[in-house]
Amino acid sequence: MRLVQIREEQDIVRARTTAKEAACELGFGLVDQTRISTAVSELARNIFLYAGEGDARIEELENPHAGLRITFTDKGPGIEDVELAMKDGWSSSKSMGKGLPGAKRLCDRMEIYSKPAQGTTVIIEKWLLQ
Amino acid sequence: MLGISSIPILKLRDFLIVSIQIDLHDRMAEQLQQDILEQISQTQAKGVLIDISALEMVDSFIGRILADTARMASTLDSEIVIVGMQPAVAITLIELGLSLGGVRTALNLDEGYELLQQTLEEKASEEQTSGEALAEEADEAGSD
Repeated sequence: MRLVQIREEQDIVRARTTAKEAACELGFGLVDQTRISTAVSELARNIFLYAGEGDARIEELENPHAGLRITFTDKGPGIEDVELAMKDGWSSSKSMGKGLPGAKRLCDRMEIYSKPAQGTTVIIEKWLLQ
Repeated sequence: MLGISSIPILKLRDFLIVSIQIDLHDRMAEQLQQDILEQISQTQAKGVLIDISALEMVDSFIGRILADTARMASTLDSEIVIVGMQPAVAITLIELGLSLGGVRTALNLDEGYELLQQTLEEKASEEQTSGEALAEEADEAGSD
């Protein structure tokens, strides 16, 4: 397990670099490594932009799928309407609105748990296909 | 070496050449955008080649910065060509939902240079043709 604390902007780079290293060690190919680091970059940036700080926890998965799970947690303002936030092109800031739906397309599984004023947890998984 | 972001911007005749060799964090990407635009304005460069072959990922933020820079440069009468994107990065960009709409790309520096030259020649001949058309119109107007 690797933990990356997201406190400042450069931690976005640390999060994606750490996730890519973990993916490489687990035997993911270059395209999947790139998908993982890109998704992590989007989600780590969301923490930095919306919550100010939070954590990215990177873990190896064994059952039922071998792969990587990354859990992003923050105690920020939360997402009022998760369904709306998952829509392409929707953005509450000046970004392009690709963050959440884009990250989901790059992964095999993505779940969001959020309550206004309590924070957000986003879990993504990428599976190693045999 | 020009510019104040830690990424060098080289001038070669009418063109600027930028090679991004490090993982860009957000503020550095914004600084690079500003540096490129300032250098275009100062040197009156007609084109800019941005080599991203060392970039291991382009997320929505960096993608937006690249696309915006290209649009801003064209308002300064300069053309930007992005060269050397890794195949894995290209695949991921499309899956992410970014099209880099309107940004011209080439496989490598050589082809990017050719593309810039070609674009500038086309631009010059268009300007000439429209200039001639205007002159003809003026002639016709005069003979009436």
